[in-house]
Amino acid sequence: MGKPTGFLEYEKKERAYEKPEARKKNYSEFLKRMDNAEIRTQAARCMDCGIPFCQGTGSVAPGTPGCPVNNQIPDWNNLVLRDHWKAASDNLHSTNNFPEFTGRVCPAPCEASCVLNIDDNPVSIKTIECEIVDRAFDEGWLKPQLAPRGTGKRIAIVGSGPAGLACAQQLARAGHAPTVFEKSDRIGGLLRYGIPDFKMEKHLIDKRIRQLEGEGVIFRPRMHIGIDVSVQRLLDDYQVLVLAGGAEKPRDLPIPGRELDGVHYAMDFLTQQNKRVAGDDENKAAPGGTISAKGRHVVVIGGGDTGSDCIGTSNRHGALSVTQLEIMPQPPAKENKATTWPDWPLKLRTSSSHEEGCERDFAVVTKRAIGEGGKVTALICARIEWVRGARGMEMKEVAGSEFELKADLVLLAMGFAGPVVPGLVDQTRATLDPRGNVAASTGDYKTSTDKIFACGDMRRGQSLVVWAIREGRQCARAVDEYLMGSSSLPR
Amino acid sequence: MDIGLPPAQGLYDPRNEHDACGVGFIANVKGVKSNAIVAQGLQILVNLDHRGAVGADPLLGDGAGILIQIPDALFRDWAKTAKVELPKPGDYAVAMCFLPQDAPARDVAMKQFENFLGKSKQNLLGWRDVPVDAKGIGKAVIDSMPVIKQAVIAKGSPAMSQDAFERKLLAIRKETQNPLAEVARKNNLPGLAEFYMPSLSTRTIVYKGLLLAGQVGTFYKDLTNPLCESALALVHQRFSTNTFPSWRLAHPYRFIAHNGEINTVRGNVNWMYARRRSMESALLGADLDKMWPLIPHGQSDTACLDNALELLVAGGYPLAHAMMMLIPEAWAGHAHMDPKRRAFYEYHAALMEPWDGPAAIAFTDGRQIGATLDRNGLRPARFIVTDDDLVVLASESGVLPIPEEKIVRKWRLQPGKMLLIDLDEGRIIEDEEIKNTIAGKHPYADWLHEMQFKLAELPDPEEAPTQRGDNSVSLLDRQQAFGYTQEDVQFFLEPMAAQGDDPIGSMGADTPIAVLSRKPKLLYNYFKQNFAQVTNPPIDPIREELVMSLVSMIGPRPNLLGLAAGTHRRLEITQPVLTNAALEKIRSISELVDGAFRTATIDITWDASEGAAGLKSAIERIRLEATEHVLQDINILILSDRGVNADRIPVPALLALSAVHHKLIRQGLRMQVGLVVETGEAREVHHFCTLAGYGAEAVNPYLAFETLEQIRQREGMKLSEKDVKKNYIKAIGKGILKVMSKMGISTYQSYCGAQIFDGVGLSTDLIAEYFTGTSTTIEGVGLLEIGEEAVRRHANAFGDNPIYRDLLDVGGDYAYRIRGEDHAWTPDSVAKLQHAVRGNVSEDYAAFAQSINEQNERLLTIRGLMQFKFAEMPVPITEVEPAAEIVKRFATGAMSFGSISREAHTNLAIAMNRIGGRSNTGEGGEKADRFTPMKNGDSMRSRIKQVASGRFGVTTEYLVNADDIQIKMAQGAKPGEGGQLPGHKVDKNIAKVRHSTPGVGLISPPPHHDIYSIEDLAQLIHDLKNVNPVARISVKLVSEVGVGTVAAGVSKARADHVTISGFEGGTGASPLTSLTHAGSPWEIGLAETQQTLVLNELRGRIAVQVDGGLRTGRDVAIGALLGADEFGFSTAPLIASGCIMMRKCHLNTCPVGVATQDPVLRARFTGQPEHVINYFFFVAEELRHIMAQLGFRKVEEMVGRVDLLNMKQAVDHWKAKGVDLSKLLYQPKPKPGVAIKVSETQNHGLEGALDHKLIKSAKAALGKTPKPVQINETVNNVNRTVGAMLSGEVARRHGHAGLPDDTIQITLTGTAGQSFGAFLARGVTLTLVGDGNDYVGKGLSGGRVIVRQPENVSRSPLENIIVGNTVLYGAIAGEAYFEGVAGERFAVRNSGAVAVAEGCGDHGCEYMTGGVVVVLGQTGRNFAAGMSGGVAYVYDPEKGFANQCNPSMVALQAVKPAEGSADADAPLQRSPAVDNNGMGDMLRYDAERLRILVERHLLHTGSERARELLNNWSEALTHFVKVMPTDYARALKDMQSTRTIVAAE
Repeated sequence: MGKPTGFLEYEKKERAYEKPEARKKNYSEFLKRMDNAEIRTQAARCMDCGIPFCQGTGSVAPGTPGCPVNNQIPDWNNLVLRDHWKAASDNLHSTNNFPEFTGRVCPAPCEASCVLNIDDNPVSIKTIECEIVDRAFDEGWLKPQLAPRGTGKRIAIVGSGPAGLACAQQLARAGHAPTVFEKSDRIGGLLRYGIPDFKMEKHLIDKRIRQLEGEGVIFRPRMHIGIDVSVQRLLDDYQVLVLAGGAEKPRDLPIPGRELDGVHYAMDFLTQQNKRVAGDDENKAAPGGTISAKGRHVVVIGGGDTGSDCIGTSNRHGALSVTQLEIMPQPPAKENKATTWPDWPLKLRTSSSHEEGCERDFAVVTKRAIGEGGKVTALICARIEWVRGARGMEMKEVAGSEFELKADLVLLAMGFAGPVVPGLVDQTRATLDPRGNVAASTGDYKTSTDKIFACGDMRRGQSLVVWAIREGRQCARAVDEYLMGSSSLPR
Repeated sequence: MDIGLPPAQGLYDPRNEHDACGVGFIANVKGVKSNAIVAQGLQILVNLDHRGAVGADPLLGDGAGILIQIPDALFRDWAKTAKVELPKPGDYAVAMCFLPQDAPARDVAMKQFENFLGKSKQNLLGWRDVPVDAKGIGKAVIDSMPVIKQAVIAKGSPAMSQDAFERKLLAIRKETQNPLAEVARKNNLPGLAEFYMPSLSTRTIVYKGLLLAGQVGTFYKDLTNPLCESALALVHQRFSTNTFPSWRLAHPYRFIAHNGEINTVRGNVNWMYARRRSMESALLGADLDKMWPLIPHGQSDTACLDNALELLVAGGYPLAHAMMMLIPEAWAGHAHMDPKRRAFYEYHAALMEPWDGPAAIAFTDGRQIGATLDRNGLRPARFIVTDDDLVVLASESGVLPIPEEKIVRKWRLQPGKMLLIDLDEGRIIEDEEIKNTIAGKHPYADWLHEMQFKLAELPDPEEAPTQRGDNSVSLLDRQQAFGYTQEDVQFFLEPMAAQGDDPIGSMGADTPIAVLSRKPKLLYNYFKQNFAQVTNPPIDPIREELVMSLVSMIGPRPNLLGLAAGTHRRLEITQPVLTNAALEKIRSISELVDGAFRTATIDITWDASEGAAGLKSAIERIRLEATEHVLQDINILILSDRGVNADRIPVPALLALSAVHHKLIRQGLRMQVGLVVETGEAREVHHFCTLAGYGAEAVNPYLAFETLEQIRQREGMKLSEKDVKKNYIKAIGKGILKVMSKMGISTYQSYCGAQIFDGVGLSTDLIAEYFTGTSTTIEGVGLLEIGEEAVRRHANAFGDNPIYRDLLDVGGDYAYRIRGEDHAWTPDSVAKLQHAVRGNVSEDYAAFAQSINEQNERLLTIRGLMQFKFAEMPVPITEVEPAAEIVKRFATGAMSFGSISREAHTNLAIAMNRIGGRSNTGEGGEKADRFTPMKNGDSMRSRIKQVASGRFGVTTEYLVNADDIQIKMAQGAKPGEGGQLPGHKVDKNIAKVRHSTPGVGLISPPPHHDIYSIEDLAQLIHDLKNVNPVARISVKLVSEVGVGTVAAGVSKARADHVTISGFEGGTGASPLTSLTHAGSPWEIGLAETQQTLVLNELRGRIAVQVDGGLRTGRDVAIGALLGADEFGFSTAPLIASGCIMMRKCHLNTCPVGVATQDPVLRARFTGQPEHVINYFFFVAEELRHIMAQLGFRKVEEMVGRVDLLNMKQAVDHWKAKGVDLSKLLYQPKPKPGVAIKVSETQNHGLEGALDHKLIKSAKAALGKTPKPVQINETVNNVNRTVGAMLSGEVARRHGHAGLPDDTIQITLTGTAGQSFGAFLARGVTLTLVGDGNDYVGKGLSGGRVIVRQPENVSRSPLENIIVGNTVLYGAIAGEAYFEGVAGERFAVRNSGAVAVAEGCGDHGCEYMTGGVVVVLGQTGRNFAAGMSGGVAYVYDPEKGFANQCNPSMVALQAVKPAEGSADADAPLQRSPAVDNNGMGDMLRYDAERLRILVERHLLHTGSERARELLNNWSEALTHFVKVMPTDYARALKDMQSTRTIVAAE
């Protein structure tokens, strides 16, 4: 199996990118697919480990190393090496409903956990995964998989992000009848409006939705449960209600000047752009007013993936400058492998958006925004240092380090503080956990309210697409067990 | 003292007992009787004393005895006083009787016997009290002594012939003895069962008992009575693995005395039982029926063989003929055997399956006396013939002080050969003549021609077979119904199809045993293969292929006692795996062979609607059908699961087969029918082995074939369908041979039905009904759970589970998979452990330990089911001994430098030395630079030095640098197997340490060639102790049922230390078959060891270590409570050093630099000694907390305290709930004062060593400025291991380099004991005038050994043996000259010594890797097998050598004439240094080298042959053949070209 000496013979390669100058001009995906021979060579680097750390541990605990959906990576690497793409696709889809999403936007904890990453050159797992599914689409292998028989059980799923979709697909395949409710005009949740097209083009979601529909999933967009329709109504109509509404409450920056025009949540900025790319006219795309970075000095506050997306989008708008501020100190370029591998390491990550042009500043706190005529013009920031205090690491401002940063668009990308509670969550009367998420265990995904289950970011708090898929799948199994007494759905 | 073996208790089972021994006889060829013969017989016994053993009590031996002709004069004398009229010799018989001590029982016994005598109309003349003298006999022996009487019986009818009288006596003896146990029980007279007749014959009588060798003659006063005359005396000294006194287990038996072991005895006994309805004899008539059971249960293997022999003899076979049937020589692969003899063996193969095992059997019926050796020649038997008509044969030479000049011949029994002395004819009949006579008596070839059909030669059936089974069922569904996994396809079938080999893996097994697994497991997985360790040797099925055979017979067997050609036709196949076409031939065979065979197929599937419970009735139906078919004269049954579909569940094929097999045996019908299995289930080697072991004569794995074809097409393999099948069958065949050979079994026929397995996790009820006679220790699943497993597989195939819609189950046994089998080592546990040791983070260790220890959710191990009984009053943790003390009990496991990198190896050594623990060299030596401490005070010296079968790098210097010397008998991952280090892995460094050539592959033989039995092990222990008297000698065993008994034997063999390894243990490379299916968990082996040692009162003198999968402090605690003093760890400290369980050790691609020699990858090694140290301290701290809770302050207090363990019920587990650990947690009640932990030291008996004298005499040479010394002494066979202790002294002072040549010159006269010149260091020259025994020059480390004939004898050295078997085993350097013939396996595993002999036995130069051997006379067969280095020259004027040589690794070349000039590479007259034998460039200078060696031989021995050759040298040269290993030649050329390039630069 595999090629035992592949890793010694072949260099690691990744998909090539369009040059930043070229790609900055449009919103198309800029990753170039690899040719068959090269990708199989990359698959040959897989060592078929006795313990493949890449495939994860089966645990759902945060911080677990490896792939959260437990992709059987060595197996499909081997199949790719042998040119058995269909079998690879079958294998991949047996653990992951939507590899076309993860193959593009996943930070790939699998590669961090790859044994070759002890030496910094992991197998290009994500690239291979993406190619398997892209090919499967190209070849027309991804047909609806109809359940052998129906159960007549109706399930309402609120939220059409990756968790809701995965949950719906699994339930449909078990013979149930799921209906997915989505408050927006299009299906896909954060996948649709949170991730810029240059990272992932949206026709991929459409293709997948067609498969789900073929399997019997009913989609109800523009239905805001808890606002348009009450939770009770769903409980009356469906045997089970699954909450998969995400963690959409953005974390705010309560500083003087927050109210100034030009200070926006990142998600508002990104959503508009995604709608534009989708072909919506400006009124529809930005009913609350256009947020544009064109000709502006943009400051992105928050160093995560959403921040990166803001940088890429701003550059495409034609920003004069983009600066990203991060409150945490700059992480090391290389982690201490001995004590971190195979866990997800804290290290300096440079995204493709960073490469397209931006300044990054670390250990910076934003103290206030100042503006003219109600419009933001600059941020007053200060440098901080992190010191060990009574409650772990605490931050301390460096005396006299205050500085002013020119800013006429400020994008707040500091993460999410949990699900939006009024409306949907309130109406379920489900207990929340201390972090404000809907409380449910990963054993049965049941909330404190009978017949109501929760999964994805709504249960877990903000996380990765791949975790959402994992939770959606597991929740589906829990629902199936609840309804049928037992389940053969894979967890 | 209780008498005999204790009853089975806990894990102790008396049927695991073994024995081995010394055997010998003396006979006057002319049949002249004298008391002197008896006296000499007794003398032989005394001189074989060291081959026996004493137990806990030094006055309690294992038994000894003598068989002689009935001393007529003695009985006439008795008759006079008893006033009885004694008929003429031959018309009366003597029954030697061991009668119960208990008088009422004795009365019943005697009455019973008298009654049967009367019924058979024979006349009892009277009872004679046998005069005994119990002086000097131990009290325990006297307590267990029976009342010994002789019954003298006159022939009932004058018309009856003596042979008929003998037959009658046999029937009477059987009638009397067989029901005794039953009668004893009924009459409540337990003593009655003790009634035993050592002999009952008109010709012979046996005097034996629980006596020491020297006591036989004094105890039985008859023997010293001058009236006691015999022309023959057969003697035996026993060494058993226990200390339980037993009189009857002493040898000789009625006909035989045996040195060795019958490995196949379980199967042999079963098959004898199965003959009940198919056996008849004109001679025995109705008496035959009285004799059942022919072989009573619960006897030793020798007793069973004796029973079989007496039956055959009574049935009319001549003695020698019967022996040839029971222990045939290797005929199947012997191309040069006389066709008549071949036909004889082939004909008899259908009558009797071989009794296979290492055996030297001496046998006699009183008229003839002889001996034969098993086909492998694994036991020694030397004999001499004197000029006054005496023949003396014994396990070793020199057992009688016979003047050299009287000896006209010194020879040995050769493998498969027989020696027979016919006292009536008054002559010795040699092997050739006996066998030709017997083979020529009947036209066996014609009989065969008429009766025997070979399947391959039969025409194909006329109608093409149609697809069988349900055509609508997809391949995937059927694969799933039989539990196929992706791993089966990828790891087994595909490589087998491509390469024709059983695949290799590494790093052991860390998955749960089948009964603890949550997954449905195939029934095969519950059976663990047995393997030979210590009491019998495994075989090398590749290098010694000539003894192996896969030939199988299908169908009915002829009448065993039918002396003429019978009516039964026989069907032969060359190997047991049937293609579909072959199976169809069998199915329609009645049409092909005129109705001689009739085949029926039995469906072995059941209705899915019945669920798991349906299995029981399905089996009943199958059994019923089988019996009915047989009664209707069907003689081949095919058990078929082709009927599987959505509605039919297949019965596990093994269960269906064994259920039928045992039922038919019980009905006495089994011999009338052949059993063939047609199953979709069998795919790996182990499956075929278990099917064979439970009676399958052939197997058709149809689904494996279909899957292979699927793979072939899918992967676009370049092979044809036929080739793929052929490769697969070849791979399975090779695998079966390997598994058979692990147990020392050579033929499929005797493996078939031999049940060489332990059941692990099977309930006793299930075993009793369907797998009768198999051992099971921890209980477990029954029929219902097995049914449930089948149901679950069936549901995976035909249910809705989406995972199985398109894909096979992932498996996950060999590599971790989320959806696969559970493992102890998971991504989490590895990561946690590594983070813990690298950052010294105890929380991470705690998380790691928790994931291993807490097995509530996932059961991994048997110990997971145990819980502690904590003390009510725990001890404060501060009072528990510190971790720094505890870690001294820890050792790292044997991992060789070669399997792991130098970085990893030294890392472990430094760590262990820092904490006072022990690291282990593993097999493969240790570089001498590691013996001196490093500058920073660290030391890379491994305190444990391993001695394995390859003896690589085992120099005297290596041994004296050991604290422990560990003899590796077996290795957890692949017990019973050898190993192979491929040439590409042998780089310069490894070659240097192993004293071999870079680029040349190295083979470790499966057996230690100096350990074929327990007394051999005692000898090796003695050897090593001599070299290094201060080191502990340890023996490493692998857990299996019976290991406790072996451990007891090891303790009696005076080992200081024994390691019990679990099967989980890791390894660099092992066939996956062995990795998973051989050996058992350490908990079982350790518990049995502790229980058996305590029962035997042997525990105190031996330290017990456990290893093989220890990971945490809890593991250590359980190990200690179960009886371990010390603890070994391998995988865990490797992981602490950076191993990530890649499981690719065998590929040299370890990406973290642990298990690789690739310098690029080695550079990636990041382990530090601190990491390993942190790990061990974490373990010790965890242990301390458990100790505190248990109330112990010191580890030594907890050893053996199994009473503090409880079993926790696995109630939630669908399979494990039947597990019962009570046998394992059994605590034998030791008598007061009997130790349950190590507390004494062994008495090694070194004080008597001749070397003390030699060392004293060599004082001047051992001083600061060595001065040459010369020493003269006499020697005899009890002086063993001469020269080793002296050499140890030299090596301590001067290392491997030794002293200048000839500094210590010693000349000895006489016959030397075993291991003469072992480990002789450079500078020591040992000359022996006389002869040597086995193992001369073992481990020779630079010294010179010379053995020559005395001057005054006229025997031709070319036709007389001068040294025994296994000479120069593992020799590293030095020289040896033997004026005479050497025994089998001359220069086996020679690494560098130079040797000349005037002839040698079979397997000469086997596994040799270096040095030069010259044979000036004839060699035996299989010369140069596995020879990868060095060269040999054989003088072959008759051009017969090519037939004797195994050509697979060597090329034969002519010797080129001398070159005109010589350069620096020319050979030298003397070797300049220990690492340079002066032999020059091996690619050139053959003539020069040969001449030097022949001249040296002449110089040292005065050899006549050498003189003749030198006198006519140029002619002589043309008759020499050079044996050159091909790889060696290539490697030498490579090295030369590199050297030339370097020189040019």
